[in-house]
Amino acid sequence: MIPAPFDYEVAESVEHAVELLGGREDAKLLAGGHSLLPVLRLRFARPALLVDIGRIEALSYVRDAGDRIAIGALTRHHDVVGAALLQEHCPLVPYAAGLIGDPQVRHRGTIGGSLAHGDPAGDLPAVLLALDGEVDVVGPEGTRTIAAAELFRGPFETALGPQEVMTEVRVPKLTGDHGWSYLKFRRRSMDWATVGVVAVVKGNGSIEEAAVGLVSMGATPLRARATEQALLAGESDPAALADDGTDPPSDTNGSAEYRRHLVRVLVRRALEEARPG
Amino acid sequence: MRRVSLSVNGDQHELELEPRELLVYVLRERLGLTGATVGCDTSSCGSCTVLLDGESVKSCTVLGVQADGHRITTIEGLAENGALHPLQESFRTHHALQCGYCTPGMVMAAVSLLAENPRPSEAEIRHALEGNLCRCTGYQNIVRAIEAVA
Repeated sequence: MIPAPFDYEVAESVEHAVELLGGREDAKLLAGGHSLLPVLRLRFARPALLVDIGRIEALSYVRDAGDRIAIGALTRHHDVVGAALLQEHCPLVPYAAGLIGDPQVRHRGTIGGSLAHGDPAGDLPAVLLALDGEVDVVGPEGTRTIAAAELFRGPFETALGPQEVMTEVRVPKLTGDHGWSYLKFRRRSMDWATVGVVAVVKGNGSIEEAAVGLVSMGATPLRARATEQALLAGESDPAALADDGTDPPSDTNGSAEYRRHLVRVLVRRALEEARPG
Repeated sequence: MRRVSLSVNGDQHELELEPRELLVYVLRERLGLTGATVGCDTSSCGSCTVLLDGESVKSCTVLGVQADGHRITTIEGLAENGALHPLQESFRTHHALQCGYCTPGMVMAAVSLLAENPRPSEAEIRHALEGNLCRCTGYQNIVRAIEAVA
């Protein structure tokens, strides 16, 4: 399967990419290509122009940004997995990145590409959502910051405008009072999650903060709000509410009913794993 | 068309490529290097695995133009002076192949693993092969062959 023809330009900088995107209707950004190229090969998308930002080396980094860790949007999953700053301050992110696809995919795929693709079955969107992370995007009007809660709009749809380029991803530093878990249920190791569950819990003794992110349980990554509230209220079985407000798909990996069952099981396990103490 | 400069197995190639040409087809059809095979065409099976700047990638999911200026190594580039690479030799002695279709991809994935982690545990070897499918189900011997070299 060969993609339909397209034009191709290499962006030398973010500003150049914004300019190139503005020059053509139906232009798409190409980073690592591991979300986009499979879609092009299946001809689910036929952009007129690909703007290759994969050579902008300045967008590949992991930095300490005070109470947050800043990750350049073009940082490959492989490099996120190995980043000492993330291992120290927010190990959930490298752990989840290490479960994406397989080594070959992680050698090419980027954190910004995964988030901008907006796949509700992707691992990192739900992780960013549960962490209340944020991203910077640059467009013709300059830079703006988008909170994770505002980023994901629909299946494969994000708040990024057609001429905007994601440049940085920021996640909070977790402390000793935080516990976390990411459970990804899939049939083969390389597959997307049938259901994935992120849990981030803060509290020494009693629970002060709780965030539960869900993968593949609706049109976007979701927060299990009913479970979070039940946890904070000290109710006995918060995981039983994990599918409240979800709209899981039925596909070859499982029916909606199966996913509703699975998510309750996985949330229960993830909370046991994440609960400090 | 776009002018692209590729180093493949140490040889420099100047090519005129259509942007949509996938690296695996550039290797197979333009350069005659048919070791990397097309198994699934959906970025799953790993039989098209080659090294890009020393790291494993699925060449069906890389555009030829993305590889411009980079260094590609295929299974054809592993043997030196007629002597098989230790992993190739180990796959042979451990009977780590049956039909052979996935083998070039398996070997290249293993080369990439050992470059990064020269002493992997059995579990690490199995994890590192998660992107490569063998439908003869020869995984046991493939893992043994890699363990023997590690």
